[in-house]
Amino acid sequence: MQLTGWGRYPVIEADTFALTDTQSLRRHLKTAGSCIAYGNGRSYGDSALNTHVITTSSYNYFLDFDEINGILHVACGLLLSEILNVIVPRGWFLKVTPGTKLITVGGAIAADVHGKNHHIEGCFSQSVIEFTLMLPHGKVITCSHTKNKKYFYATCGGMGLTGIILDAKLSLQQIPSATIEQTTVKNRDLQETFAAFETYKDTPYSVAWIDCLATGESLGRSLFMCGRFSHKGSCEYGNAKKLNVPFVFPSWALNSVSVKAFNQLYYHRIREKISHEKVDIDTFFYPLDAVQNWNRIYGADGFTQYQCILPKAQSYEGLQEILTTIALSQKGSFLAVLKLYGKANKNWLSFPMEGYSLALDFKIEPALFTLLDALDAIVLRYGGRLYLSKDVRASKETFEQGYPDIDRFRALRKEQKMDQIFQSLQSRRLEL
Amino acid sequence: MNTLLIIGAKSDIAKAVAHAYAANRSHLALAARRVAELEHFAQDLRIRYRINVSLHEFDLSDIASHRPFYDALHPKPQGVLMAAGYMTEQAQAQRHCDETLQTISVNFSADVCFLNMIANDFEQRREGFIVGISSVAGDRGRQSNYIYGAAKAGFSAYLSGLRNRLYASGVHVMTVKPGFVNTKMTAGMNLPKALTAQPCEIAEDILNAQQRGVDVLYSKWFWRYIMLVIRCIPESLFKKMRL
Ligand SMILES: Cc1cc2nc3c(=O)[nH]c(=O)nc-3n(C[C@H](O)[C@H](O)[C@H](O)COP(=O)(O)OP(=O)(O)OC[C@H]3O[C@@H](n4cnc5c(N)ncnc54)[C@H](O)[C@@H]3O)c2cc1C
Ligand SMILES: NC(=O)c1ccc[n+]([C@@H]2O[C@H](COP(=O)([O-])OP(=O)(O)OC[C@H]3O[C@@H](n4cnc5c(N)ncnc54)[C@H](OP(=O)(O)O)[C@@H]3O)[C@@H](O)[C@H]2O)c1
Repeated sequence: MQLTGWGRYPVIEADTFALTDTQSLRRHLKTAGSCIAYGNGRSYGDSALNTHVITTSSYNYFLDFDEINGILHVACGLLLSEILNVIVPRGWFLKVTPGTKLITVGGAIAADVHGKNHHIEGCFSQSVIEFTLMLPHGKVITCSHTKNKKYFYATCGGMGLTGIILDAKLSLQQIPSATIEQTTVKNRDLQETFAAFETYKDTPYSVAWIDCLATGESLGRSLFMCGRFSHKGSCEYGNAKKLNVPFVFPSWALNSVSVKAFNQLYYHRIREKISHEKVDIDTFFYPLDAVQNWNRIYGADGFTQYQCILPKAQSYEGLQEILTTIALSQKGSFLAVLKLYGKANKNWLSFPMEGYSLALDFKIEPALFTLLDALDAIVLRYGGRLYLSKDVRASKETFEQGYPDIDRFRALRKEQKMDQIFQSLQSRRLEL
Repeated sequence: MNTLLIIGAKSDIAKAVAHAYAANRSHLALAARRVAELEHFAQDLRIRYRINVSLHEFDLSDIASHRPFYDALHPKPQGVLMAAGYMTEQAQAQRHCDETLQTISVNFSADVCFLNMIANDFEQRREGFIVGISSVAGDRGRQSNYIYGAAKAGFSAYLSGLRNRLYASGVHVMTVKPGFVNTKMTAGMNLPKALTAQPCEIAEDILNAQQRGVDVLYSKWFWRYIMLVIRCIPESLFKKMRL
């Protein structure tokens, strides 16, 4: 069957093996040859792509739920959305969640995803008590911050390249309600935007949407949004009806669609400098999930997301340069996400470091790659790096410079013969 | 809370029905061969829906085991779903007697034996419902699948008679006729995408229809019309067609 990541680029013809239980997976790995785990395909690029993939979506069980202590044990193919349906009404929430709930637990660990609260809670792996991992020869080991540590550090953020994550125990956070008190701050330029992050650094969740078309005086103007769970309200959590993008848009449609989205979000909705509202979990954390298949608006050639992070001290200067380059190119989508991150963790390939990260979408077109190469050069100059779960085109050299632990990762892969079995288009391109 | 007993609980359609009923606040008794393989599935249902789920080793073809199995079952269910089914390639079913007999047994005769026992109990209790999964294949015999089709036709006729009998005691019998469904049974077959349903769609249909007291459910709904057309073709013409 034809497989792609969320960016719908590249497309690969792949055969699949559905993970249903440990024994059959073990038997399968003995003869499978080169393969990679495929969760829910929400990584944008080629991390989960190979001509043979192990699909995990049918291994989607709740294994145990300790409702007193908030400890959840689940199989790797379970979606965060299914988890929320069960835990939110019982007063619990994930400690860390990315901007979509349509990802698997395996994918969350493999990319060591982060959310709007990275500056407080860190990455997903920091809420993982332990997980089991099937190694190339079929042996299953338990990994945690204390057991098989090096496998833990390599697997969290290791993009499926150390083995198949089978199941995981997660520590949850208690919530007083399913309502978030949100504050929105309108910022005229990058300086104001940065100031908002500093002002609200004790608020658990924060993010800013930047207008990438703004230049000169308005460079970096944004809506900064932050929030915390409200002490008022119930834990009721339902599934709202979804919009759907039923077909692939012709590629010219992008502009009109995004201009509208932008205007709605940016100009018409917010007038005051600071405003407050109460919103539900899906509106606050997962606005994009409200439109199914929104990735189709970028047309048949697909798209990619460029996400980089710069050390805090260099962030202001670096971002000015990056935003200027993007605005001049007139290629970026209109909105980019800016976020302040907390300290890096010990995982060898996790993306976050203390500093600011910028993420924005680009339609795939020939001239795009020159622009992205130019951005890479800026990122490296300021000591930053790129996020593997978004990447589809970076060079080995660019990648390596951002990740000082890459050689430990490579050495473990070689030593355990992981490199012979677990491969993706991305791992081949970057020689991971 | 009521309990639904599912026979052939490892079937993909049955699993989807289990989710639908559990979400609708029903306890479950799951009966299947090598039932231990359903441990994860059962535990998952308990956590998601906070219901009781019991597992029972059960082989429908072992007729002698029916009575002891049901006698030992506590609490007794308020509803039964018969989901077990067996479909082999037509060439196999028409060449090998054991395949022929197994097709007839799992889709028809063993089901009848089992449901007779249930019907007698429900009739006496004057409560309950029975859902039997037959097939559109039973609506008309076609050369490509008529042994399976004949067994399902027999099963449909049985369910119709049973419905008639149990009406007086307030026990509802529903015949389900799925068209193409994407399950283990049809894995590897080249089914037309537009006509093929997912198990969860069939399950939603079954729950809704059973609750509304529907007698014969085609799922998806358009199969009622497709089969109407197929049944209307005169036999003199039908016999010449390659179906
Ligand atoms: C709208 C949207 C918003 C997003 N927001 C964020 C965000 O805020 N923060 C963030 O960090 N990310 C974000 N992402 C990225 C996304 O969270 C990650 O790419 C995530 O890894 C996707 O999980 P998946 O289950 O879809 O896995 P896939 O995309 O299928 O796979 C991703 C990687 O995980 C590996 N993998 C999957 N399952 C297993 C397993 N069982 N064992 C071993 N390896 C496995 C794959 O091999 C692959 O390398 C976003 C993506 C989208 C589409
Ligand atoms: N899929 C379709 O397109 C389709 C269309 C019309 C009707 N149907 C009917 O729908 C029902 C469910 O089938 P499905 O599509 O979900 O296929 P499935 O997943 O293959 O389920 C069939 C189930 O029947 C069970 N079974 C067979 N013999 C048994 C026995 N002697 N005792 C107990 N269980 C037995 C099998 O158990 P094991 O796992 O132990 O083998 C299997 O789990 C069947 O009656 C089928 O005929 C299906």
